[in-house]
Amino acid sequence: MHDVAKHDDSKGQYFWVWGALLALTGVEVWLGYRQIFEPVRMLEVLLVLSVIKSALIIAYFMHLKFEKALMRWMLVIAVTACFVIMYFFFFPDADRILRLGVH
Amino acid sequence: MSDAATVEHGLPGAYEAPLFGAYSKKVGMWLFLASDSLTFGALLFAFSYNRIYTAWPTPFGKESIINATVMTACLLSSSLTMVLGVFAAQRGDRAWTRNWLLATMAFGTAFLVLHGMEWTHLIHEGLTLPGFPKSVEHGAGEYAKISTGVPQFASTFFTLTAMHMLHVTIGVIYLGVVALRKWFLPILGVLWLVGYLVIPSDNVFHYGINVLLVGLIVVSIIVFLKPKDYDAHDVEVAGLYWHFVDLVWMFIFPLVYLMSTRV
Repeated sequence: MHDVAKHDDSKGQYFWVWGALLALTGVEVWLGYRQIFEPVRMLEVLLVLSVIKSALIIAYFMHLKFEKALMRWMLVIAVTACFVIMYFFFFPDADRILRLGVH
Repeated sequence: MSDAATVEHGLPGAYEAPLFGAYSKKVGMWLFLASDSLTFGALLFAFSYNRIYTAWPTPFGKESIINATVMTACLLSSSLTMVLGVFAAQRGDRAWTRNWLLATMAFGTAFLVLHGMEWTHLIHEGLTLPGFPKSVEHGAGEYAKISTGVPQFASTFFTLTAMHMLHVTIGVIYLGVVALRKWFLPILGVLWLVGYLVIPSDNVFHYGINVLLVGLIVVSIIVFLKPKDYDAHDVEVAGLYWHFVDLVWMFIFPLVYLMSTRV
């Protein structure tokens, strides 16, 4: 039988991660109110912050950081590859429809 | 970590070393979450495309943003209580496992209630989709103009947030079953009945609450066909699902709400 994944026993790090996630949310709200970037740049900045937050959740809360390297890399590479493929299929086609003048 | 390396093969009950170093339920949940992330990914790509290439309205005022920020804090806090529940399960502390799971469910329920209030407010203000019940107080202001002028706004908003709300609801039911087992069934039944009777028929949640009835039927079948005492593995796998719904909201909140903030 396999044990449940054993993690670093320090619970403190999870409180730090929770605090960091709340702080990053605060930064996002501040950016949303200040609107110092144009929409496309704002989308990029918010996406970068979201990726950082999701990485913290996946690594610590979902404990992927403590799994075997094979599982870690298989999941990360597979999902990332799917999103990259989705991006390259979706946006060029959306642009094509826009240029065709279909509204 | 796995202790499979210490297993002597060829003996009765011996297991092969797992390829991913994790038990099968966990690998199965990870694969499900990977596939589910693509569903949300496609919806978020569609939203981002519309947001960039359309004259996008920015109707969300201070009240909506504060509400959504509190909802975000609820989900983040629920992830912390979920982690503490997993720790309690690993050390065999059943009472605290249940307590932390109930705390997680309370945060999840708070998120759903706040989101439901937000939806009801927006629909009453005129943001609607074809097929939504017509509210008596249906507004004709800014949101009504958005619904007719930029229909992609209401479509993407309601699709994304409804899909996420459905996941959170399933998560709360999942945790309820793990925490309370068959004792959660009457609670779920009462919640559905009260919701169905209390929510007025011109509110979209009068029909949406039936998700709880479907959940009740499915969970009843599962619990009665395979009654079991959920162990630390089950709590950890349930936790993976719960953190996933938290993770998805980390993209929905900035993209849907903060990109449409009215200053």
